[in-house]
Amino acid sequence: MTEETQSATGPDPVSRDAELIARVLAGERELFHELIRPYEKSVYLAAFSILQNQQDAEDAAQEAVLKALKNLGDFRAESKFSTWLISIAINEARARLRHARVLRFESVDEPAKDDDGSFVPALIRDWREVPSQALERKELRELLQSAIGGLPEMYREVLLLRDVEEMNIADTAAALGVSEGVVKTRLLRARLMMQKILAPQLASKSSRGGLFGLFRSKAGGSWF
Amino acid sequence: MVLDCKHVWDQISNYIEGEVPLEMRAAIEAHLAHCRHCAAVLDSTRNILILIADDRTFELPVGYSARLHARVQQELAAAG
Ligand SMILES: [Zn+2]
Repeated sequence: MTEETQSATGPDPVSRDAELIARVLAGERELFHELIRPYEKSVYLAAFSILQNQQDAEDAAQEAVLKALKNLGDFRAESKFSTWLISIAINEARARLRHARVLRFESVDEPAKDDDGSFVPALIRDWREVPSQALERKELRELLQSAIGGLPEMYREVLLLRDVEEMNIADTAAALGVSEGVVKTRLLRARLMMQKILAPQLASKSSRGGLFGLFRSKAGGSWF
Repeated sequence: MVLDCKHVWDQISNYIEGEVPLEMRAAIEAHLAHCRHCAAVLDSTRNILILIADDRTFELPVGYSARLHARVQQELAAAG
């Protein structure tokens, strides 16, 4: 979700997009820039969730946007433009990943299976809130990014779209081409995996006062 | 309805989404009130989700937007 879509005081995003699309198709092609602007970050992150590399993700995002421009006439208003655009980015990123694997002689056809077995989270006794201001610390951002990067692809995808981009379940399902039930199952696993990886690390860092101590002491508290 | 910890973990994602039926919700809350571990699992998971949703967590490559629009412009110009 981007600031642009949220802060819009004008029409809702769907009618805004519908109007822009109609005008682009009618010849005001420069308006395509405005059409995609609110979704640039989502397109990049969708590609990044699959490719895990900035340069590759940017290339795939550019290509996806150009494909959207070329095929704009095929867009059907049953889905949201943003969902359509993001699904193009996902397909583009997946195709590039497959291609890279073929070049490296890795096996391509091992569709990951959803694992229905139960999953045990990290069992901690209590939780000390990590405040959002702590994100000013690069160390924390890197910790979060590497935890997401370590998830298997199918879990990373749902987590990026639903919990980072804050798309709803239905749109996430549409963008990934799976059912809402599959999204929910994967989301549960992805969230618990994140908790299992991160909760012990965050807890130990905050109790040592290392990572977040700065913010606590700035705030005047002597929590640690 | 009495739940053990494992049942609570299975529901935790839907619970965060606000998507569990009323009776299940009450059972989860009854469990959380006396199970410190599950309460901490829920709190930590929620906290982590707030952190990853923050705009600061994932930043775009510097110049990404400018390069993207330059590329679009090139395409628009080429198509005439
Ligand atoms: Zn419990």
